[in-house]
Amino acid sequence: MFDQNELNAFNETVLPHLDAAYNLARWLTRNDHDAEDVVQEASLRAFKYWKGFSGRDCRSWLLAIVRNTYYSWIRTRSVQPELTEDGEIDDVDEGNPSPETALLQNADREMLKAALEDLPVEFREAIVLREMEGLSYKEIADIATVPIGTVMSRLAARASGFKLF
Amino acid sequence: MTCNETRNLRNAYVDGELDSAGSLAVESHVRACASCSRDVENVRALISGIENGALRFKAPPRLKRNVQAAIRKANPTATSSFFRWRWVSVAVSVVLIIALTWTVTMRRTQSSEEAQLVDDIVSNHVRSMMANHITDVSSSDSHTVKPWFGGKLDYSPPAKDLTEQGFRLIGGRLDYLENRPVAALVYQRSQHFINLFVWPSGRSEIKPKDQLSLQGYNVIHWTQSGMTYWLISELNLPELNECARLLQE
Repeated sequence: MFDQNELNAFNETVLPHLDAAYNLARWLTRNDHDAEDVVQEASLRAFKYWKGFSGRDCRSWLLAIVRNTYYSWIRTRSVQPELTEDGEIDDVDEGNPSPETALLQNADREMLKAALEDLPVEFREAIVLREMEGLSYKEIADIATVPIGTVMSRLAARASGFKLF
Repeated sequence: MTCNETRNLRNAYVDGELDSAGSLAVESHVRACASCSRDVENVRALISGIENGALRFKAPPRLKRNVQAAIRKANPTATSSFFRWRWVSVAVSVVLIIALTWTVTMRRTQSSEEAQLVDDIVSNHVRSMMANHITDVSSSDSHTVKPWFGGKLDYSPPAKDLTEQGFRLIGGRLDYLENRPVAALVYQRSQHFINLFVWPSGRSEIKPKDQLSLQGYNVIHWTQSGMTYWLISELNLPELNECARLLQE
């Protein structure tokens, strides 16, 4: 059982992070409509577990729910998320500046966006959480439930200018 | 520090996630290595490209409304339950206050004499079951029970058999209340025993309540044809009332 006060508290504490939630969902789903569905579903889940939430960083908490919602959503749609074998990058290119790198240094928004969108989802989420939401490696590791080292190698995708593909 | 080592740390370095020793080590290598320096610049350029907000998606205004609507829809009791529960709690409070007031008032206004009587009735009832001596004469036949009292009391208590109505007469017992021997008729309803105390009401001027609960027992009282009746059992009140009604018929 819950009452109106609980709903108000939820609205005041959680809903301000709806933009962050939507941004992550949008980058994960790569389209507006699905992103809204994921955020809506994630919000329902968040409200359900709201009582169990005890004051950690609310935004990280909500983002973790958005992420989990996305992965269960993608499963129900029988679309496999394009996870790589072990989520690690083995051959981050060093040295030779690739044409992509040069391009990205002067990249306009659309090109950067396209490059980011083409990344496998686990790299995308790490970059979005780090660069757009400003979360620490530790927070990202918690949300993605992977070791910090993995977060580090996923973020290393940036160094080669998204040169993963 | 080698290029290889630097490669693994440069992102953390740019992100400020290294401790000061690690940070210094990467920095000194990068300063000396053109290739790694370029990489670090790439990372920085990329980060600033992403960070400037141009790549952020902003939630459409309707999303917030939709989310709130979805939560309300999924939890239809969000508002109504609040009020329903308030009403329940108000009702419970009112009932409690009435019960409390009634008990206190009853306790106060009831003469000490009557309070004593009710206590005695409860005690007698409890004792009759504890001592495993609930009946002196065991019979479901009122024609056996009624005459049994004949030689022991100066009045003849009614001994109604209510077996057909679900209250089986199992016998009678001589008891002592208000400084006199009284008839106790015993009925059984499933596992529950019911004591009916009966004696002539003549001199009693007490106007007691019709029914009350004490120590978990329900007690019903009435007078009829010059007799005082006290019915007591742990049986629930509606069933005990039914029993009283049948006895009064």
